[in-house]
Amino acid sequence: MIVASQLWTQIFWTSAIAGGLVAGLPLMFTALGESISERAGVLNIGLEGMMLMGAYCGFLGAYYGGNQWYGYLAGIGAGTLSSVVMVVLCVWLGLDQIVVGIAITLAGEGITSVLYQTRFSSSEPRLGDVPGTPIPLLDRIPVLGKAINGQSPLFSQPLVVYLGLAFAFTLTWIFRRTNVGLNLRAAGEKPEALDAAGVSVLATRSYAVLSTGALTGLGGAYLAIAGTGGFQPFLTQGQGYMAIVIAMLARGRPLAVVAFSLMFGIALSLSTLLQIAGINLSPEVVNILPFAAIILALMVFARRAYLPPALALPYLRGAR
Amino acid sequence: MTSTGTTAGEHPLSAPRRRPRRSLRGEWLLDVVMRSIVPVLLALVAGGVLLAALGRNPFTFYGSIWTGGISAGAWQDSAIRMAPFLLIAAGLTLIFRANIWNLGYNGQFLLAAALVSGYAPKLVNDVPLWLAFAVLFLLAGAVGAVWTVVPSVLKAKYGTNEIITTLMMSFIGIDVASILIKGPFHDPSTPLPQTAVVPLDKMLPSIPGTRIHIGLLVAFGAVLVVHWLLTRTSWGLRLQVMGANPRAARHFGIDLPRLIIVSFAASGFLVGLAACADIMGLWGYIRTGWNPAYGDTIIPFVFLARLNALAVVPFVAFFSVLSTGGDLAAQQANLPTDFLLVLVGLILLFMTVIEYLGRQRELGASYVPAGLREAFRLRRRTA
Repeated sequence: MIVASQLWTQIFWTSAIAGGLVAGLPLMFTALGESISERAGVLNIGLEGMMLMGAYCGFLGAYYGGNQWYGYLAGIGAGTLSSVVMVVLCVWLGLDQIVVGIAITLAGEGITSVLYQTRFSSSEPRLGDVPGTPIPLLDRIPVLGKAINGQSPLFSQPLVVYLGLAFAFTLTWIFRRTNVGLNLRAAGEKPEALDAAGVSVLATRSYAVLSTGALTGLGGAYLAIAGTGGFQPFLTQGQGYMAIVIAMLARGRPLAVVAFSLMFGIALSLSTLLQIAGINLSPEVVNILPFAAIILALMVFARRAYLPPALALPYLRGAR
Repeated sequence: MTSTGTTAGEHPLSAPRRRPRRSLRGEWLLDVVMRSIVPVLLALVAGGVLLAALGRNPFTFYGSIWTGGISAGAWQDSAIRMAPFLLIAAGLTLIFRANIWNLGYNGQFLLAAALVSGYAPKLVNDVPLWLAFAVLFLLAGAVGAVWTVVPSVLKAKYGTNEIITTLMMSFIGIDVASILIKGPFHDPSTPLPQTAVVPLDKMLPSIPGTRIHIGLLVAFGAVLVVHWLLTRTSWGLRLQVMGANPRAARHFGIDLPRLIIVSFAASGFLVGLAACADIMGLWGYIRTGWNPAYGDTIIPFVFLARLNALAVVPFVAFFSVLSTGGDLAAQQANLPTDFLLVLVGLILLFMTVIEYLGRQRELGASYVPAGLREAFRLRRRTA
């Protein structure tokens, strides 16, 4: 039972949570974005492509701007721009959301790979470490507050992490307590009712999709800047799709999105964790774990997964 | 036919149509050209602009696609590539007709490919060759079908979104294939993570007079069968009723869960066949990390063919040329072959737009939806 004793050390758990934060944050941003547009009735399958656009532009911004914040801004910009395609084609013209989503994913994968490889294939530049911002007092807690294995300590994360977590709380408040949130939910539940109330469904959904793009771009940029410290073609490796699953499992509740993202983040960072615990598993087995976890979760919670009735249906005024 | 306009002016109710009717055939042809070929052309033009922006000459790029994909004997290479493409296209056509999204084709394909290349080297030596091929094709199909069971049962029983489950199963399938190749199927004579190689004379025989293997014939056969199933059988009709309106289908007494599971399995079966045709016809072995992701790029052409199994053939032929020649063109232009993904994505986008324009024109409706006009008017008033 040596393995078991190593599993239960505090080192293991602090690095589990810290690793989960690093790997789970891109998922969290993207899934928060997806839950906004799902609530408004737009299924965005193109997250993977948008994330890659955000990651590449975020990398460019941080590399040439010399500052992580330029990178995040560039990522947000790229994500928003690529979601404009979705706004025009799916929300305004009412075209098939799944086909357009697949197209965005393919084009995003292709274009980022081509651009990166034509410009950086020989140098493959890396970005510097992102400085953490320690939380006063908490960072002085004996074991939890220390840096382990070169990872940033738990209470000294990059500033974006705190902002992201704060944003999740804000989003809960927006969904529950504000007119904007009510409109968003109505656009997904019963767009006719929203229209009858005198609010434009198209405008509501457009803003929702744009903010999805912005958050997805930010998620991609975070992955490139703080997660891997550089860009590679196909960097996201299916995380866009995982974000869709998280949004569906969380049923549009932002705090549940945070919890699920951390869970999957821990699963994603499991390979390093298991090395700490002294367990050697082949990388394939470790890769399978998060996806297997999702399939299991879907099997167990399948009855409880909830999607808005008007999801993926374009709203055409007067159409039946 | 043309005399409908002669009564003009006699009676207000019999006023002639403004636009003279084109012959049905001409209209049909124009429709096909507009809806199918224009998106491809637009995507090629947009891709050309992109190439120019990257500092490559688009004309040389498209020129090398021609030399690498058609001229001299290159069309045979394109035809060899066409076999798995067609089988995947047939599988996707079938399932998309039911309005179900099987996006797990990559996992189904690779898992089937891993099992085929794992068992083939032994099997072709142990049993008569025709039997080995039959067994391998069936095995590959069965593996593909089995990999759809979790998504299809979840969808049939709980209505779980199949896009998510098929994608997750796809990721799992790719890794399981990799584990199989490194583990039980690993060729001990090499340190590389790959399976034993099937001897050249034990591969699928080629069609006499060409280098093209008979997998292409299997693919054409599958396309015909799918077309027959969809258009000539009651099963195909039920499938399409389910796709068009599941509630109506349930009202008719169609057993939806069973239909979902069977059509999903059929789709996976065809994707599995594609893997067998590709491994036994072309490669002869599989290495970890090899994931051609054929399905990703086939999807647009399935849509361009309006989910018609026969119409898919010319599109897949076009794409086979594009991808065979594209490899050479990308290499010569010093670009990654992922550039083709951009082209395919553009084709999809232009297709949806052209489709929309065509539909509005047919209905005689405005190109700007009412709600959009409303939204802009609203904004201008408040601003």
